[in-house]
Amino acid sequence: MARAAVPGGLSPRLVWRAARLVEFRDETPSARTLVFDVPDWPGHLPGQHVDVRLTAEDGYSTERSYSIATPADGTRVALTVQLVQDGEVSPYLTQTLSVGDVIELRGPVGGWFVWRPADTAPVLLIGGGSGVVPLMAMIRARRAAGSKALFRLIYSARTPEDRYYADELRTRARDDFGLDVSYVYTRKTPEGWPLPPRRLGVADVNNGGWPPDFQPACFVCGPTGFVEAVADILIALGHDARRVKTERFGPSGT
Amino acid sequence: MELFSDDFTDGNALAGPLREIFAVDMTTATGRCAGCGDEGPVAGMKVYAHAPGLVARCPSCQQVLMRLVRGPSSAWLDLRGTMSLRIPMPAE
Amino acid sequence: MGGIVSPGFRGRRGVEGGEVRLPPGQYLTEDFPVLTAGPTLRVPTDTWEFVIVTETGEKHRWDWQQLMALPSERPTVDLHCVTKWSKLHTSWQGVSLDVLLEGVDTAADYAMVHSYGGYTTNLPYEDLLHGQAWIAYKFDGEDLTPEHGGPARLLVPHLYLWKSAKWVRGITLTDEDTPGFWESAGYHDYGDPWREQRYQGD
Repeated sequence: MARAAVPGGLSPRLVWRAARLVEFRDETPSARTLVFDVPDWPGHLPGQHVDVRLTAEDGYSTERSYSIATPADGTRVALTVQLVQDGEVSPYLTQTLSVGDVIELRGPVGGWFVWRPADTAPVLLIGGGSGVVPLMAMIRARRAAGSKALFRLIYSARTPEDRYYADELRTRARDDFGLDVSYVYTRKTPEGWPLPPRRLGVADVNNGGWPPDFQPACFVCGPTGFVEAVADILIALGHDARRVKTERFGPSGT
Repeated sequence: MELFSDDFTDGNALAGPLREIFAVDMTTATGRCAGCGDEGPVAGMKVYAHAPGLVARCPSCQQVLMRLVRGPSSAWLDLRGTMSLRIPMPAE
Repeated sequence: MGGIVSPGFRGRRGVEGGEVRLPPGQYLTEDFPVLTAGPTLRVPTDTWEFVIVTETGEKHRWDWQQLMALPSERPTVDLHCVTKWSKLHTSWQGVSLDVLLEGVDTAADYAMVHSYGGYTTNLPYEDLLHGQAWIAYKFDGEDLTPEHGGPARLLVPHLYLWKSAKWVRGITLTDEDTPGFWESAGYHDYGDPWREQRYQGD
């Protein structure tokens, strides 16, 4: 029956597991968090992802990868899925899948873009759009593990309405000691925001991040163009390339 | 010859497909490019996934490092562009 | 692989076959998906060239202006991608390989197609002849875009679409069959969609 859970540890073979949707909540008008119950889930580390497989009645099947949004919590696995117009999998996951429905997923996979709660170095998280999902898993894991590692999150969103986890991040920025959160808006800012909408730049990373001397562990996640630009900024500011971990989702809007 | 800059993802996307084959996570492995000699993590490779298989390229020189094709009953892994892979092993 | 079925899930696919006849395992699509094994290339026509090299090493070279000066055809063909989508009645303009190979003295049995960017694909020499293959430079009446292989791509629609190399730059004619980019990584050497020759051994 249930093996001892080894977070992020290795099971003998990566297998597709049945995952039952137990609850969902809408993060934005076009993004939904799906909480699955996965029997025998081996546990995972914040930053890891799963592959999701959907199979049609005629046998056609397709797979997509999604980051896990929460730290290890028994058999619960939460994903936040952005609806991609004309997408193949996300419309089904965000609009059709109902509580009690079963899909297949396999994981956890990925050992690179991972934060380990035992690591005490300062952490700089920079997320673009849905790239905030694995970073949120790290923020949640930090609090759950009682870690005192200093965290800063810079979150680039198109508009205030496009922010995931807005209420929770507001609460955590107030209550999770040692967590700072700053925002950049690329299309529309909140009322009274001091700056016009623009892409994340050197000044944002300077102000919202850590000096390179602190040797922070940097995690950058988002659309490929965003990640390339942010990684270039971090290197130009003097961060050690080996301390900058990246995860790219591909072209934005696909 | 001008290249578009963002029509790829990265080696993190290889985690599942490679973990299906190997007993350990391969995205933390360090690969050396047979073309330019650059070293880096598999997770940092440029990956073209909108293709008949997964194609991983060197972020420095574009050389094809890895091709992975998954058929119904076989997987093919072509590594001729990779000179070597250093694979972290879990402690016993 | 027999996964758990999600009722109502169809993916992005259109109807399966239906009235039209499709190769086995294929689904209709209305859009034109872009598949690529590498960065999308922009090859300027002023430096573009197309070279056929025979098994004896004899070279036949065309630049863009010379290609444009050759008689062209406007085939309407069906496309079948090994990733299971088919797109019907696509309109192209290009130069038939029959025209390009007319003055080429060869007894080769095989052809290796080369692209800008390093992509390769192999096929029997015969499959380039008899109105089966074109160097295509217009799609739907417009210049072929870089995403779809422009300025020019090979078009061999009777084989799976990975054989229709984008950004084509030349063909090497050989006595021996050598596998190309996908053929050396598990895909079928010939790739006939009607016989569902997807993978080696199919």
